[in-house]
Amino acid sequence: MLGLNKKDMTLLIVVAILTLLAPFILNPFPVDSGMAQFNAGYPDLMQRFVIFGILAIGFNILFGLTGYLSFGHAAFLGVGSYAAVWMFKLLSYNVVPAILFSVILAGLFSVLIGYVSLRRSGIYFSILTLAFAQMSFALAYSVLSNPKFNLTNGETGLQVYADDPQILHRDGLPDVPHLFGWAMRDNFLELKLGGWEFTFNNGYYLCAAILLVVFYLSIRLFRSPFGLMLRAVKSNQQRLNYTGLNPKPYTLAAFIISGMYAGLAGGLLASMDPLAGAERMQWTASGEIVLMTILGGAGTLIGPVLGAGFIKYFENIFSKINDNVLHQWFSFMPDGMEDFLVFIVHPFVGKGWHLTLGILFMLVVTFLPGGLVEGGQRLGRLVRSRGKKPEDPKDPEHHPKETPHVAE
Amino acid sequence: MGILEVKGVNKRFGGLQALGDVNLSVAENTVHAIIGPNGAGKSTLLNCLVGKLIPDTGSVMFDGQSVLGRTPYEINQMGISRVFQTPEIFGDLTVFENMVIPAFAKRDGSFRMHAFESVASEKDIVAHAEEMLTEVNMQDKIHMHAASLSRGDKRRLEMAMCLLQEPRLLLLDEPTAGMARADTNNTIDLLKEIKEKRDITIAIIEHDMHVVFSLADRITVLAQGTPLVEDSPEKIRGNPKVREAYLGEAA
Repeated sequence: MLGLNKKDMTLLIVVAILTLLAPFILNPFPVDSGMAQFNAGYPDLMQRFVIFGILAIGFNILFGLTGYLSFGHAAFLGVGSYAAVWMFKLLSYNVVPAILFSVILAGLFSVLIGYVSLRRSGIYFSILTLAFAQMSFALAYSVLSNPKFNLTNGETGLQVYADDPQILHRDGLPDVPHLFGWAMRDNFLELKLGGWEFTFNNGYYLCAAILLVVFYLSIRLFRSPFGLMLRAVKSNQQRLNYTGLNPKPYTLAAFIISGMYAGLAGGLLASMDPLAGAERMQWTASGEIVLMTILGGAGTLIGPVLGAGFIKYFENIFSKINDNVLHQWFSFMPDGMEDFLVFIVHPFVGKGWHLTLGILFMLVVTFLPGGLVEGGQRLGRLVRSRGKKPEDPKDPEHHPKETPHVAE
Repeated sequence: MGILEVKGVNKRFGGLQALGDVNLSVAENTVHAIIGPNGAGKSTLLNCLVGKLIPDTGSVMFDGQSVLGRTPYEINQMGISRVFQTPEIFGDLTVFENMVIPAFAKRDGSFRMHAFESVASEKDIVAHAEEMLTEVNMQDKIHMHAASLSRGDKRRLEMAMCLLQEPRLLLLDEPTAGMARADTNNTIDLLKEIKEKRDITIAIIEHDMHVVFSLADRITVLAQGTPLVEDSPEKIRGNPKVREAYLGEAA
């Protein structure tokens, strides 16, 4: 169906169900319970899950398939955001032109950066992309923000003001980003079931729909001859060259596609919250994209989305746990013990959430080089093999295993 | 006129004259061996033919067209395929995927953006790849990871990838280097079979005289960057100059 084989179709359907039911799945705890702070089903965070998922899917097309590690993808995210906010300022708060323009502009931008950076490979490529991204950051932060020519509004960030032209704006349309009148920040349904609350947000469902479309496109790309050539670039460029194929346009096309995905993510970020700041382009943001992809499983279809969700969950949930919360948790213990435990746990939560994330990242990379996806596969195998008779142990040296399919 | 004409090629690396006035003519549909002691310039010559190196002077014509200044992929598209000394294959991909890539290169040229159709839906390409794998007796390994093949099978796979493109000239760079006797004989049989089945010109660089004398129609002996003699295998065998180049003056 839809040009996918059975396995990929199953994956797409599972992802579709998970994203569409996310408001339920991410809010497993009743509002009044002590665990409510682990609920992630509020609109702002859910939007981030899917937007950064889109970003990571795009990054994976470049890094996962061709092996070219870009350290400058946040630049495209930023370009997309600025492009979208400019559309809000000039045309109207409708998100359609904003998102289209952010994808196109990020695409053009990635032609330029990709053309220059792809003249080198390996570490030099990474450094070139990093340099470009930092230049973009400097441009956005200060150079392109002066009284005579203010493109980015510097430190404050680009936002929409009342005196902006907004030539397509009409009365009756909301004064916030909207899709033909359907305001992104509104919830179309707020469900209260017993102690539980579920929020269905317009913006989230727009992002989720776009995620499903771009995820589908990325599956098609992975299975296409083009995707195969990209994997061949990673495997052996010499052989590719001597097989009559020119690696350059393949890598450049992959770079542009992944830049456009990042631009789309940037445009969506601005559509959810019409503000574009330069910090979105900083190298730490680029590093975060790399972390997401590797944590989830580079080169796998679903891995980057999982990685993005994982990191965003930590960033938003663990960072909110403060000492008061900890004291509540450990209040059943004797006083000295309670203080001691809070003292131990304190560095890993709240502002220290990076520490927890770092430790988890190290554990995953050390023990599951294939990322979270590999963890899932191992669990799956464990479950399947339980109850069955042990198979005759094959000598791995003389029974080379078959290559796993990329989607697993 | 041969299919490959090398005229007056010189190549210098700093103070070393790697190739000095090399002239070589490879006739169509023959197996032409290039032999010579270590450092004779065999690999440099080969690299000049495939676009990896550009000679300082001279010309290299393939089928009436100059290959100089062209990139390796352009030269491949002209009809020259190369097998490397250590097999160069796509180790991360399956044997099947390894075979499909040259088939696409042959059909679609050096770049085509086909990002939406699936590989499996390209029936003619898939059939072509499977047919070629059957010819080299590797159909049972079709879903294996190429990196996990034995050395002999990697060589076979690389050869199949090159042949699938139906090149007019196949360049072999010491195809039996480091192989056991049995594998060497298998490779000789495979090459003979290949030659019987199609019109193809093969230029082979080789150390192993057993391979050279089993296959070659014509032999060029290279010594210190210059062709010493070019003749049929029978005559080369008894040539005193060749013996001298290989074994030193005392012989």
